[in-house]
Amino acid sequence: MALMPDNVQVIDTFAEAFGMRASRVVITARSPEWAQTAAQSMTGFATSVIGCKLEAGIEETLKGSATPDGRPGVSVLVFGSDADGLAKRLIERIGQTVLTCPTTACFDGLPEAADRVPVGGMLRHFGDKFQSSKFLDGIRYWRIPVMEGEFLIQESFGIQKAIGGGNFLILARDEDSALGAAEAAVSAMRTVRGVILPFPGGIVRSGSKVGARHYKNMIASTNDAYCPTLKGRLGPESALPEEVNSVLEIVVDGLDRASIEEALRAGIAAARRPGVVAISAGNYGGKLGKHHFHLRELTSA
Amino acid sequence: MIAGLSNEKIRALPAFLGKNQRRLDDFFTIEGECSDDVKIVGDASKLKWIGRGMTRGRLIIEGSAGMHLGAYMEGGTIEVTGNAGDWLGAEMTGGTIRIGGNAGGQAGAAYRGSLTGMRNGTILIGGSAGLEVGMRMLRGTIVVAGGVRDFAGLEMKGGTLVLGGAELRTGAWMLRGTIVSLAPIPILPTFAYASAYNPTFLRLYARQVKLPGFSIPFDPATGVYRRYTGDAAVPGKGELLVWEGSSS
Repeated sequence: MALMPDNVQVIDTFAEAFGMRASRVVITARSPEWAQTAAQSMTGFATSVIGCKLEAGIEETLKGSATPDGRPGVSVLVFGSDADGLAKRLIERIGQTVLTCPTTACFDGLPEAADRVPVGGMLRHFGDKFQSSKFLDGIRYWRIPVMEGEFLIQESFGIQKAIGGGNFLILARDEDSALGAAEAAVSAMRTVRGVILPFPGGIVRSGSKVGARHYKNMIASTNDAYCPTLKGRLGPESALPEEVNSVLEIVVDGLDRASIEEALRAGIAAARRPGVVAISAGNYGGKLGKHHFHLRELTSA
Repeated sequence: MIAGLSNEKIRALPAFLGKNQRRLDDFFTIEGECSDDVKIVGDASKLKWIGRGMTRGRLIIEGSAGMHLGAYMEGGTIEVTGNAGDWLGAEMTGGTIRIGGNAGGQAGAAYRGSLTGMRNGTILIGGSAGLEVGMRMLRGTIVVAGGVRDFAGLEMKGGTLVLGGAELRTGAWMLRGTIVSLAPIPILPTFAYASAYNPTFLRLYARQVKLPGFSIPFDPATGVYRRYTGDAAVPGKGELLVWEGSSS
């Protein structure tokens, strides 16, 4: 184990992450509050591809000067296992949560992406042939009549390769220390552009292992090696030092490796607080995901 | 056509004075180096078909230009500090034309006997324009900061026409597309009033259109657009958006 200046140990391990596909959706509205409302609705129940079919989160809030229509907005990142699945989820999510939200409009946030999926091009059918389009600067927009007035959405959205499942574990003496460190890490990581933390508040308390020991149909089950209450019990081999009584995980998805590394570095640095015993990471032996983030390399850089 | 040619070859290019073929340097002094940028200095208001079918580069005219400027244009940029004649950007399919002064009639229109006018691109006119602006246009954007004369958007099929004002029969027989007028205009009886609102898409145009002293309003605090649909005589699915300022 490596000792950091504040005596928080960094375990010599790595986070194992997976190749994914991602889109960036820019939601604008009449006020920052309505843009935020739509973004929160769109990114709800989107913590893990295992149970939610996609992972999504708010990347950043945008001032009017940074949005296509000059109104306040929110940038949302959406991650899926493959392009086809992601396209379906975008249509479902935007259709149910952004189209329905007062005053919103919806734009593609990855204009340079070569792979494109028709999102507005499909949602336009809600207009029941009363929709119309505008073609401006090589981009098609759809105007869908709604009871409030009109919903504006871009025809196609870009999809690019991305990485999901970057993570680290905070091993702490007690719940307060673990939560405080995790909250500090989340605050630091949310300043990094190009990443999202898809779990509630950016924090996971129920890290999982692949499959289950006792239920053969389970895709994932509790990460028993990191459950403090199972220390000493016959069966699972605990990975926790004796003084650790609470563990929280931060999961990060990003548009590229560099942004995930930056986020992990910022998060680990912020998590070095009193009461934190060690920083570890979740992996599957390196056999499932091709993207490995070695903690010691990150913290020594 | 000029891009890539030496000055000597440019000087030897044919130019017509009526029916008589002459050399270009009979009328112009050719200077500079081989470039995608061309500048014409002086009054070219009698010179027709400048930039016809242009595909790239930048053409600047310091003065006025004659009829058919940028007709059939596919790409690049044309900038005129003075006025332009009739058929400006007629049947163009791409690129941008910016006129500092006024333009004649039929800007972006279809030629007589042709079914479709402008298919894409942008025409920005800082002053006023004549008859039948955007006639049969299919796509693209025409902005006229000043007023236009009769039959703007005649038989329009798509695209966006933004006008500082218009005279009679605006949008007659239009099938699709949008005509925005920033001043009150006479509405044909075949257009039906729909509602008053501030379309979000106009914010995109407001950001794109950059003409000195001209802007497309979109703020609900300053006014609202009255939407009319038509032309029911066709019947069409076009729209007229007429700005109604809060103070008016």
